[in-house]
Amino acid sequence: MPTDTSALDLILRADPALVGIVRLSLLVSLSAVVLAALIGIPLGALIALTRFPGRNGAIVLLNALMGLPPVVVGLLVYLMLSRSGPLGSWGILFTPQAMIIAQSILVMPIVAALARQTIEDLWEEYRDELAALNVGPVRRIFTLIYDARFSLLTALLAGFGRAAAEVGAVIIVGGNIDGFTRTMTTAIALETSKGDLPLAIGLGMVLISLVIVVNALAWGARRASERYAG
Amino acid sequence: MRAPSSDLPLMLEDVSILAREVTILDKITLKIAAGEPTILVGPNGSGKTTLLRAAMGLIAPTRGRVTWGGREEVPPARRSIVFQRPAMLMRSATGNLTYALAAARVPRAERKARADELLDLVGLAGRGDRPARRMSGGEQQRLALARALAKDPDILLLDEPTASLDPAAIKALEDIIRNVAARGIKVVMSTHNLGEARRLAGEIVLLHRGRIVETGDAQSFFTQPKTEDARRFVAGELLV
Ligand SMILES: Nc1ncnc2c1ncn2[C@@H]1O[C@H](COP(=O)(O)OP(=O)(O)OP(=O)(O)O)[C@@H](O)[C@H]1O
Ligand SMILES: [Mg+2]
Repeated sequence: MPTDTSALDLILRADPALVGIVRLSLLVSLSAVVLAALIGIPLGALIALTRFPGRNGAIVLLNALMGLPPVVVGLLVYLMLSRSGPLGSWGILFTPQAMIIAQSILVMPIVAALARQTIEDLWEEYRDELAALNVGPVRRIFTLIYDARFSLLTALLAGFGRAAAEVGAVIIVGGNIDGFTRTMTTAIALETSKGDLPLAIGLGMVLISLVIVVNALAWGARRASERYAG
Repeated sequence: MRAPSSDLPLMLEDVSILAREVTILDKITLKIAAGEPTILVGPNGSGKTTLLRAAMGLIAPTRGRVTWGGREEVPPARRSIVFQRPAMLMRSATGNLTYALAAARVPRAERKARADELLDLVGLAGRGDRPARRMSGGEQQRLALARALAKDPDILLLDEPTASLDPAAIKALEDIIRNVAARGIKVVMSTHNLGEARRLAGEIVLLHRGRIVETGDAQSFFTQPKTEDARRFVAGELLV
């Protein structure tokens, strides 16, 4: 198949269009994961360690949000950021920032829900020991987050995988603008429909490699966690 | 070096603990002063663990009060406990010790050396790099003891530290406990092993159904028990 070789060709000679798209995808998805971690981990810890009315409802909601359809998130963020929306004055619709916001909303529930579960289980186990060691409330939270590190890393990788592979949210809030907001998934969707298969296939190959790498890292994190969990 | 304010004596004054209307400890009055180890004995469910947890300050009495060095509500900076089933942090053995040393405000530069000393004390020298939760039950028990000693406590509470250990490990742990007691740390320990109670005790406290049945120095407890329950317990009969 000639298209296959030219797809590989694009990768091997680091075609600037392809590299630009890959770079933007990584930038958007990694930023989204960082943002999701900064909100999701403290949120998960807070729910794990406090008791408040409606807590069970919050946990169920968080778990449900893990399965949010990307297009719906895209639509919601679009409505928020569009010129007549409440955050329209930011003027960031159809920019990478909008894509980062949308993807972080997709990833945040995954991180928060898994952080909540892991930290709560650890807390159950550590509570008396930490009290006996005279550990104060601040150090306690850092201890729990640190000791949950491998599970949290797994959650972050799962979140990154979800962000990098989704197309519905970024296409709505990014607009798939060439050289500006075009990611791997939106480019594949567009190029395939246009019939430019080499670029689509090349990007597909990069995306699959990325998914394999992410899963390998997640596997490594699980191994490390088992090593310590005993 | 002892800080000027000590957690000794540890006093339980008319302490009762109820859980959902059920009395777990019933009007316990006990003074734990410096000296030889105090050993808690009594059948399953007699309240030994609950008494130790109250003595640690982990559960507040429903009635009565617990004081350390004459003060109430003292944070556990000068007392330690080794639980019946210790929980290890997801770190190496050394990591568990440096963590406890940090919590005890030992300066960072001294922690590694102190951790090595503690490992050595409990016979785990050279095993510091192992993930703590991957160690055997006996090793974890000893590591938990080392971790409890990190803060250089006045009082060391031990909840059945030798249950589930083999005879050699029991001997090793008893030696460590004697060693710790000889350094001036007050040991309060529960056990089901009467031989061990005989070997270690200065003072014996016999609990039954949440009450203190008899308390006194070990010598007379074992040779001339004052109560019928204690006589039966020493003779190895069932308490009902
Ligand atoms: N939180 C609790 N709620 C209800 N009952 C409790 C609670 N904690 C302890 N108990 C009960 O109090 C009694 C004393 O328990 P405790 O663990 O102090 O006994 P123990 O002497 O340490 O027993 P063992 O030798 O089995 O370790 C038991 O009957 C136990 O079921
Ligand atoms: Mg017990």
